[in-house]
Formats: sequence, structure tokens, C-alpha cells
Amino acid sequence: MEFLTTMGLEVHCELSTKTKIFCSCSTEFGGEPNTHVCEVCTGMPGSLPMLNEQVVEYAIRTGLATNCTITQYNKFDRKNYFYPDLPKAYQVSQLYMPICQNGHIDIEVNGVKKAIRIKEIHMEEDAGKLIHDPWDDCSLVDYNRCGVPLLEIVSEPDFESGDEVIAYLTKLKSILQYIDVSDCKMEQGSLRADVNLSVRPVGQTELGTRTEMKNINSFKAIARAIEGERKRQIEVITDGKKVVQETRRWDDNKGSSFAMRSKENAQDYRYFPEPDLVPIEISDEWIEKVKNGLPELPTAKKERYIAEYGLPEYDVDIITGSKYLVKIFEKATEICGEPKEVSNWIMGEVLRMASETSTEFEDIKFNPDSLGKLIVILKNKVINRNTAKEVFEKVFTDDIDPEKYIKENGLEMVTDNGAVEAIVKAVIEANPKAVAEFKGGSAKVKGFIIGQCMKQLKGKADPGTVNKIVAEELEKL
Amino acid sequence: MDLNKLTALEAGKMIKNKEISVVDITKAALENIDKTDKNYNCFVTVCHDEAIKKAENIQKGIDDGTFTSPLAGVPMAVKDNMCTKGILTTAGSKILTGFKPFYNSTAVERLENAGAVLLGKLNMDEFAMGSTTETSYYGPTLNPWGENRVPGGSSGGSAVAVATDQTYYSLGSDTGGSIRQPCSFCGITGIKPTYGTVSRYGLLAYASSLDQIGPMGKNVEDVAEVLSIISGHDPKDSTSFNNEPLKFNLENNVKGKRIGIPLDYFGEGLDSDVKNSVLEAAKKFESMGAVVEEFNMSELEYAIPTYYIIACAEASSNLSRYDGVKYGYCTPNFDDLTDLYYKSRSEGFGMEVKRRIMIGAFVLSSGYYDAYYKKALQVKAVIKRAFDNAFEKYDAILSPTAPTTALKMGENLSDPLKMYLGDIYTVSVNLAGIPSMVVPCGFDKQGLPIGLQITGKAFSESTLMNMAYSFQQETDYHLKKPVLKTSKEA
Repeated sequence: MEFLTTMGLEVHCELSTKTKIFCSCSTEFGGEPNTHVCEVCTGMPGSLPMLNEQVVEYAIRTGLATNCTITQYNKFDRKNYFYPDLPKAYQVSQLYMPICQNGHIDIEVNGVKKAIRIKEIHMEEDAGKLIHDPWDDCSLVDYNRCGVPLLEIVSEPDFESGDEVIAYLTKLKSILQYIDVSDCKMEQGSLRADVNLSVRPVGQTELGTRTEMKNINSFKAIARAIEGERKRQIEVITDGKKVVQETRRWDDNKGSSFAMRSKENAQDYRYFPEPDLVPIEISDEWIEKVKNGLPELPTAKKERYIAEYGLPEYDVDIITGSKYLVKIFEKATEICGEPKEVSNWIMGEVLRMASETSTEFEDIKFNPDSLGKLIVILKNKVINRNTAKEVFEKVFTDDIDPEKYIKENGLEMVTDNGAVEAIVKAVIEANPKAVAEFKGGSAKVKGFIIGQCMKQLKGKADPGTVNKIVAEELEKL
Repeated sequence: MDLNKLTALEAGKMIKNKEISVVDITKAALENIDKTDKNYNCFVTVCHDEAIKKAENIQKGIDDGTFTSPLAGVPMAVKDNMCTKGILTTAGSKILTGFKPFYNSTAVERLENAGAVLLGKLNMDEFAMGSTTETSYYGPTLNPWGENRVPGGSSGGSAVAVATDQTYYSLGSDTGGSIRQPCSFCGITGIKPTYGTVSRYGLLAYASSLDQIGPMGKNVEDVAEVLSIISGHDPKDSTSFNNEPLKFNLENNVKGKRIGIPLDYFGEGLDSDVKNSVLEAAKKFESMGAVVEEFNMSELEYAIPTYYIIACAEASSNLSRYDGVKYGYCTPNFDDLTDLYYKSRSEGFGMEVKRRIMIGAFVLSSGYYDAYYKKALQVKAVIKRAFDNAFEKYDAILSPTAPTTALKMGENLSDPLKMYLGDIYTVSVNLAGIPSMVVPCGFDKQGLPIGLQITGKAFSESTLMNMAYSFQQETDYHLKKPVLKTSKEA
């Protein structure tokens, strides 16, 4: 029996506002436990929330960048449940009136374009973090993350393959980074995805029973979880059993999922409108202002790069896929005026160095101007390409200034032809055996001579010039 | 002269004129509490040392011109559901055993910034749930006007502390009548301001959309002065209105004021002494030049169920945070996390609180939300509209505050429904978010005080204060004092 898979995604994205959603505590990641807290984010008795307007602004930005309609009359709701990481025993979220609705994100998988619909995006507060201490066999709570603003981006069940899910997440991540609302660091938990998945036999129109897998935090793990859960459900059905609607946890180490709670045991969150916050009204002017402030988004940028610079689509896809590569591309191009050359350097050296040093694009530290400068230096033949690559490695790892570095290390090419000539002559004189072989008709000896000359010149000469002079001198013999 | 019998403004004037020092008046107040409160149980906490220390500082501040308020240096006390930095705050509940907040509620902070001296924290029904101050974990507060009578509630401690001259004024909170009904039962003056007038920051929430802090005092002038200090926008409370603090210019003039008497408030169940006193008060206003008219407001009959659905729903969520983990009472023996929550809450909350949490959780539960909570919000809007319509014709509505005078202790505890019905005249005001004031307007045959409720449209505090002030200029009910038991006699 053939099966079709249907998936929907709920993505939680931590916003990169400086302060929390309902108080002025810092949102910074990695502080000492319980140092970024106050009576509000720890839900102490009598404390009240005050909405951080930046969160609303970021939500509007995200909605506009994903083609959503902005809800102009917004309310918050309380989601009630007991858990030690939730100090108020309710999470302030939006159930009845989410801030963004009915959007879509366009993806492309193997040349096929598809729009994934976004049902809604809503604002909410993050919970704290439980840390289990195996030595003392106790759990400790860190409330630093309590009240960090989140957007939950809920898609329609439009995915039919893991590749589509990954393409969507990649696109979503790049959009969120472009519009500067989140750093989307999955390893720090600032981007987390829940996957709803169901399978059904080909020919059946009605969707199968779905399960939900929560908080998977890397693209690779998501791909594995999808494949694992798809297989499991198919097995259940082919065994003649029924898939149970439940929440499952994907254990990426074991490569399998296990049931957390079934629908029968599902919690009743007793949602109701949050009475401590007044409704937020978003004016047309506000939406217009945010719209005007949006940067060029990935799809538009891609089209422009191809039209304006004539770059290959593959390269443009990679570069525009990351706001960090875009930044390098645009800055370096501004300096050197050679978009194609910059694109080649990014596709070649930047990607190579990133992969060799296991650096995520967002963690690339060097000043993009340096790449532009290096390209100018290369173009002016101050150094040759091999030297340029060596210099770039230093740019990448230590963010050095290429001009200064070349000077300090004396890497400029020898441009004085007389000096090159003198070295060529000396090399020929010092290698009578090679010269004899050359005279005997062995042409490959020329390569050896050139190699020796470059060695003497410490590689700092234009290979063309050296080639030419060696040929001339050998002719004279 | 008995210092404690002064009004707050009189005391403030003596301090300003250097006829008495802040320390001396504070000491006198503390001594009086030590002597008197054994018989009434108004105070959960008395701040002996802190108050004297504070008094010394405030005296300096008055001398150097930092504190200029007419109430600077005057001792006061607040209901125990308002956070006071470093001072035990219990909301009358076992579950907050030992809880000392590290922040002040805005209302307390504003009073302290005006030079008030905090004498202590006042007893209340647990989490403000009750109308008798009998549900407090710290024992009931007693009404000074009659043997074995409840003071009303939930701000019973705040009312009795004023009625027995243990404090010059107090703060209460009113979610469904918790300031007004005890004012009525104890013969004092108080106001529940328009929702959003006084910041709720630091007030331990019962029902967030209905809770409002307000002053309780010996006369209208004192209450007006306190409200002018604690009102005004607070950036920490999103539901506080973006208004300047209120200012009052009290004058004895009600000429041409249009007063409505809702006939539906005078039907079955209303004690005849209460009824007569309120109607007498209406006549008094008429004689002073106001125009009094009867009208119908049948929406009142929906007020009680609507109130209890909304208040309990919000309470069930607001009180979820008390789980025994971070502060307050924690059960000594438990098996696991769920057991810890279960036992701490079962042992830490009293009967009435549990009842309301259960009602609230039920009306919010999936499948019942639309039938109860959503419906209640719709009825709330209907009630608000009924008041809006009434205030197109009237400047104020006069009514009883409660159907009876102070009840005997224990009478209502066993019959919660009866207690809920006693809130009939007060809860609709909270649902509509409007201001309402209570002034003493007589006594029943047993000598128990009766309070007149004067209700106005949103932000009409000035009108209400002027009417109440005018009434007190022409009557002396507010000047009557109960005969106090002191510890010697007890």
C-alpha cells in the first residue's frame, strides 16, 4: 500500500528584543541562573504585566514579511496549567485574536514551487528552564527565560514531504533573520518546531489521525523525526491498528519517538481573556510605517541579484538564503565594485572556511569590507591569487586588515622585472643539469625552473611575468 | 484630648502646626492598637518598630519641606492584600504564611511618598473572598457596633480599624462590594473608585477585571484627600487610566443634581430599617435642592450570577500561582510534584477560596466556556449599558449598600448562597466599572449603622464626593462612635 504524508508545523521563535515581553528584564541568553528576573517575570503575587511595544512591532514585521493580514484589534489570553517552569501557572498567549492571520511562505523543492499557508502568528511569553541535577536528584528552575517574547507561527497542514518542511524552515529562518526579529539560533532554543503528522493510503481523501512531536531543535533532527514518525504510523496502519492522537517526544539519539500524552489525557487549558492587559489597537499608520521599514526580502533580493549582476541562480540561492552572507556580499561589492568576483569568493573561500572551521554563517566574525579590499588588492596585482587566498584565511579567522597584513608580512609581488630577471638568471646558472636536459628537448624542465624561481621569489611574483622571463632566458641559451 | 479620635486631616494639621510630632502621634496610635485590637482583631501585622522609625524620618521630611501633603505624618493601615516591602503580606490566607514581598504596591508607595506612616496590615476575608471577614486564616474581625456582629467584608479589618479609631484612615479593596459593605456595616465613609483610577500594582489579585483599591475613613474630606494621593496613572498597571491624580474641591451644594432611585433595589429581601433610612436620605437630598426620581433597572437581577462567574473564573487563574514552591505555605510531606501542589493548596486555602476556585475552573473548562464565562461577559455589557442609560438622566443613583445591617457571626458561613445574595447592590457597580461611595445614613432598631450607596458614572468621583460631603454637612451619622471595649474591660 502507498501512503501520503500530511504535515503542519508550529514554530516557536524567540524574539531578539532587548527586554522581556512584560517587564524590563534582559532577554540575554546565558546569564547566571535567576539573574535576569524581577517580580513580574517570576509571577510574584500582585505583580502586573506591561506590554513591550517592540514585541508588537516585531510581530507586525513578521506578519507583513510572511504575507499575513494584521489583526488590528488584539487581545491576550491566559493558558492555564501547572508546571514548575511557569511561575504564574498560566502563560500569557493569544488564542482568540492572534496578531497575524492568513499568510503564506513560498518554497521551492527540486524545482517545484509551492506556497505553504500560514494560519496564524501569535505573541506569547516563554517559560523558564528546568535543569535536572542528577547528583542531588532534584530539579532546579532558572527563570531567566521566563517572559522572553515568543512568536508562534502556525502553518496549515500543507506539507507532503520532509524536504518541504526543511525548505519552509530554511526560508522562514532566513526571513526572520532578514527582518531582524530573531537570531534563530536553534542550538540556544530560539527557534523550535513542533511537527503535526498524519499518513493516509493513496486514494483516501480524508486525513489520517495525526500525532504531534514537540520541540525538535535542529533541521537534521526534524528530518529524522519526520521520517521516523511516518514509518511508525505506516507500520501501525499496515499492522491493522489505529494511530492514536497523541503528543510524542522525538528522541534524536535513539532515533525513535515515544508517547507523552494522548488526547484523552490532554490538558484543558481553560483559556480566557487576560484581564491584566488592555487590548492593543494597531493603526493603519503603524502598519504602514512597519511596512516601509521592511528590508528587501530573500525572494526579491534573489531576483534582483540575477537581473542586476547576472549571477548564477545556484550561487544566488545560497547567498540570499542567509542574511549574513548577503551582508558580506553587499558590503564587499560596495568596496570593490565586482559582484561576480565577490560571489565567487563567497561560494569558494567563505563557504570553504566556514565548513572547515565549523562556523555557522551568523557566527562569521570578519569585517566584510576586508573581502572587498582584498579583491581590489588582487585586481591591482599587488599580490597573486594564491597569496590572496592565504590572506583571506587570516581575514576569516582573525579578522585582520588585508592591506596592513600584506605590508607587515611583505607579501607584495615583486613587480620589478629586473629583479625577476636576475633571479631567473641565477636559477638557470645554478641548475646546469636541468639546462642540459632542456637543450636535449625536455620541455617539462621549464616548469621546474619556474617553480625554482617562484620559490626564490617566495611566491610573490606575477606567475605570467615569471613564465615569460623564464621562456625568454631559456631561448637565449 | 483623645488624639486617636481626630480625623486624618485634623491630625495632619496638628502635625503641620507642630502641635504634635509624628513620632508621638504614631506612638499613641500603636499604644491604642495594643490596647484595643485584642477585642476586634483588625490587625494581622502591627509594624511597631518600622512605624516609629518611619515616623522619625517623616518628621525630618516635614521639617525640611520634603513632605507637604496635608496627610504627611498621619498614621494609617492597609488591607493585607496590598504588598508592603519587607512586611508580611498574607491576604488573610494560610498559603501566604511568611510571605514578605520585596516590592511595594503602588497605592502604598504613593502614600509613603506623601509621608504616611504605616501602622500595620489589616485583616480580611481570605483573598478578599467573603462578605464577613470570617474566612480569614487569622480569625474573624469583630464589629464594634454590636455584640457578635460581623464587620462585613472583605475589607472588615480596614473598616473596624477606622470605626474603632485605631487608624486615621485605611485602604481597602473592592471587587464586589468589599469596601462599601463593611463601610455600611461599620458606619464609616469609603469609596470604590472607577476601575483603573487607582493602580492595582502590588494588589494580590482576586478578580483582576473587577478589583479596585479605595480609601476608607472617618469622613468625606479624609477619603477625598487619600484618593487624591493614590489615584492617577501608573506605568506598571496597563489597566490604569492615563489620568492625572484626582483633585477635589468639596462644596456643600447639591442644587439641581438629578438623583435616581432604582425601584428594583427596594423590593423583597430589603430590611425595612435600611429601606427607610435610604429613602430618608433621598428626602434629605431633595430638601437640599436635588431632584429625586424613581426609575426601573431590572438588569440588576442578573448581576449576582454574572459577578460570581467572572470573579471566580479570574480567581481560579490568579490563585494558581500559590503552589507552595517559591514562597508561602508548603506541605511538609509529599510524594512528588503533583502531590506537593495538591497538598499545599488543599492545606493552604480555606473553604470559601476552594469553592470559588472550583466554580471558576468549572466555568472556564472546555465545553462550558461559552455557556458560562462568555455569556457572563455579554451580560456584563448589558449591565454596563443599563447604567449608561441611567446616567443619561441622573447624576447619581442612591441605593442601599446591603439588604441588611451587620449580621450575626457565623450566620452566613454555613450558607454561601445567602452570603452571595447579600452582594446584590454592590456587585453590579464593579461589573460596570463605575465609582460608588458609601456614607453613614442612619441606624437600625438595634443601633447598627446603615450606609447609603451613591453611585455615579465613570470618572464622576468629584460629583459623588460633593454629594457625600454635602450630606455629611447636613447630618451627623458619620460622627457617631461605637462604645469600645478596651482590653481592661475585656
